[in-house]
Amino acid sequence: MEQLIALIKSSVVFGTVIMYGCIGETLTEKSGNLNLGVPGIMYLGGISSLIGVFFYERAVETPNAILCLLIALISGFGAAALGGLLYSFLTITLRANQNVTGLTLTIFGSGIANFFGGSLNKLAGGVGQISVSATSAAFRTQIPFLSEWGPIGRMLFSYGFMVYLAIAIAVIMHWYLMRTRGGLNLRAVGENPATADAMGINVTRKKYLATCIGAGISGLGGVYYVMDYIKGTWANDGSIEKLGWLAVALVIFTTWKSVNAIWGAYLFGVLYWMYFYIPNLTRSSQELFKCLPYIVTILVLIISSTRKKKEQQAPAHLGLSYFREDR
Amino acid sequence: MSTQSVHVEREPLVRMVKRDGISNQKAWLIRGISLGSALVVCALLIFMLTKLNPLKVYSSMFEGALGTPRRTWVTLRDTMMLLCISIGLAPAFKMRFWNIGAEGQVLIGGVATAACMIYLGGKVPTPVLFLVMVLASTLSGAVWGLVPAIFKAKWNTNETLFTLMMNYVAIQITSYCVALWENPFGSNSVGIIHPNTEWGWFPKIFGQQYLLNVIIVMGLTVAMYVYLKYTKHGYEISVVGESENTARYAGISVRKVILRTMAISSGICGLAGFIAVSGASHTISVNTADGRGFTAIIVAWLSKFNAVVMVLFSFLLVFLDKGAVEIASKYGLNEYASEIIEGIILFFILGSEFFINYRLIFRHAGKKDKKEVA
Repeated sequence: MEQLIALIKSSVVFGTVIMYGCIGETLTEKSGNLNLGVPGIMYLGGISSLIGVFFYERAVETPNAILCLLIALISGFGAAALGGLLYSFLTITLRANQNVTGLTLTIFGSGIANFFGGSLNKLAGGVGQISVSATSAAFRTQIPFLSEWGPIGRMLFSYGFMVYLAIAIAVIMHWYLMRTRGGLNLRAVGENPATADAMGINVTRKKYLATCIGAGISGLGGVYYVMDYIKGTWANDGSIEKLGWLAVALVIFTTWKSVNAIWGAYLFGVLYWMYFYIPNLTRSSQELFKCLPYIVTILVLIISSTRKKKEQQAPAHLGLSYFREDR
Repeated sequence: MSTQSVHVEREPLVRMVKRDGISNQKAWLIRGISLGSALVVCALLIFMLTKLNPLKVYSSMFEGALGTPRRTWVTLRDTMMLLCISIGLAPAFKMRFWNIGAEGQVLIGGVATAACMIYLGGKVPTPVLFLVMVLASTLSGAVWGLVPAIFKAKWNTNETLFTLMMNYVAIQITSYCVALWENPFGSNSVGIIHPNTEWGWFPKIFGQQYLLNVIIVMGLTVAMYVYLKYTKHGYEISVVGESENTARYAGISVRKVILRTMAISSGICGLAGFIAVSGASHTISVNTADGRGFTAIIVAWLSKFNAVVMVLFSFLLVFLDKGAVEIASKYGLNEYASEIIEGIILFFILGSEFFINYRLIFRHAGKKDKKEVA
């Protein structure tokens, strides 16, 4: 029982990081932009929130918890959205190839983050010396009383607020995409931009907004990772990049529906951490267990492509740029 | 004021028109300008961040990449590595098959090579060992690429996402093998394989350790150039890439071309893994490919599959990387600066493609045109 609770807790925390990445990328992909820069965007979000609160906490005597949260969230979201803006400008306005632009954004984002992360470590006096304790504590504040309410309380309520925020965003996004006029228009842009254009939808605007906001949401995954998951430090170990690619995998796994990300992300977490709780595994076979999320994603990709159900496919115009005068 | 403007359709400030074609010279001029402006932006950034003279920084990059014969050879070795993967990706991309899985194909090829070195080293004659290594790495790479290709050919499964996922399966298999073969026990790394006997290592040619890498990759580059440009297969690849329907109409079996091309593409990536393990690092780890599988995608795409440009591009990126490491140690910076510079340069070159494919028409220029017509 104890082990099960521990597994669930670590899966939820792990899953939340990729859930942000996934729902942001879902919004982006619904507009027809395949942004492979998710890892880079999560890097940007993580590092800028850290930089923001690092300097805030150094500047004032007693940091205000609310202000800490706001600074972290806004700087993280903003930097990630700027990354999305760069990607949008290149792919939407300049019609550069989406895959190549996304991969470049990943290189660029990881470069920026690790460069400044390294400088920040130096400034703070060594690896692991960065202290943003006030902010990290604010992010990790749990719901009082409920979180101590037996095993259920520990399983469901013993997390920082961003776990619940992710679920809320996933639900709101599903409602927006499926139940509103704006969402319908956005899906039209992703499926067939020429038709959407003829309907009078401003394709460029839709794509820009979806990509930038989507990138911002993905960036929150980086914020959560830095502030809650690793408790407000920085390590140049490339783990955000791995998580970013898992988020891209999760988009496929959820068949482009953000509500599926709620359980899909936790399932990925369980799959990823399972090796830790299976007895008698050698260290080498643990490594094999870690590729389970990817294999499951491949299976979903294959199954959905063989069944040819329209609602489980990627948006039809995913990865292609749109130029009105093209046939 | 408003009454008049209501009737006149306001022309947008800038309009873009697709170019019918552009002379090669002009296209390369545009790319050259974008590269130049990228370097200027990087220089400004370096100055802002570090207050160092950017020209000095650039010259110490030169020092780092080509300062000594040893450094030059290492730069050359890494250039060949990147080039080899790009050469492998070129036919797939020309077919508009997004093989994002080079990273995994290289790793699997490397794992196969390392397995041969560990289990066969010293037990079979050297030529046989090399033959087995080449075959094993090429075949395993090809299998890694063929799996997504089969599903693409049969069910049109999205190959971008499929090959991307295959990378991570390959990375985990590599860490599995690293844990299996670790030496010494508990170090969590394989260490140099056969450090004393050098079984399965590339032989030195004219006393140069990495000359064989250069010869193999240069040979592959020429062969790929000829294959894409002068053979029937190469022609079929470009037809399928332009339009699958046209290809079908012309009687080309699209399925066969996809499978064959992907086998070649990922086979070469597997061979790159062989060169990385047997010809360079003599060990295997998850960092054997070191992100080159992704960088090569950018190289192959931006050089438009032009072999000469691919050589130059690979060199540029490796040069930046080596140079940045040198700056990092010299000025106490962080070596990730190279990724930032690389990113900026690539963004500029990506953006410049727009000006090669499209032409901008400004409102005033348009009016002049009309007047002239009138």
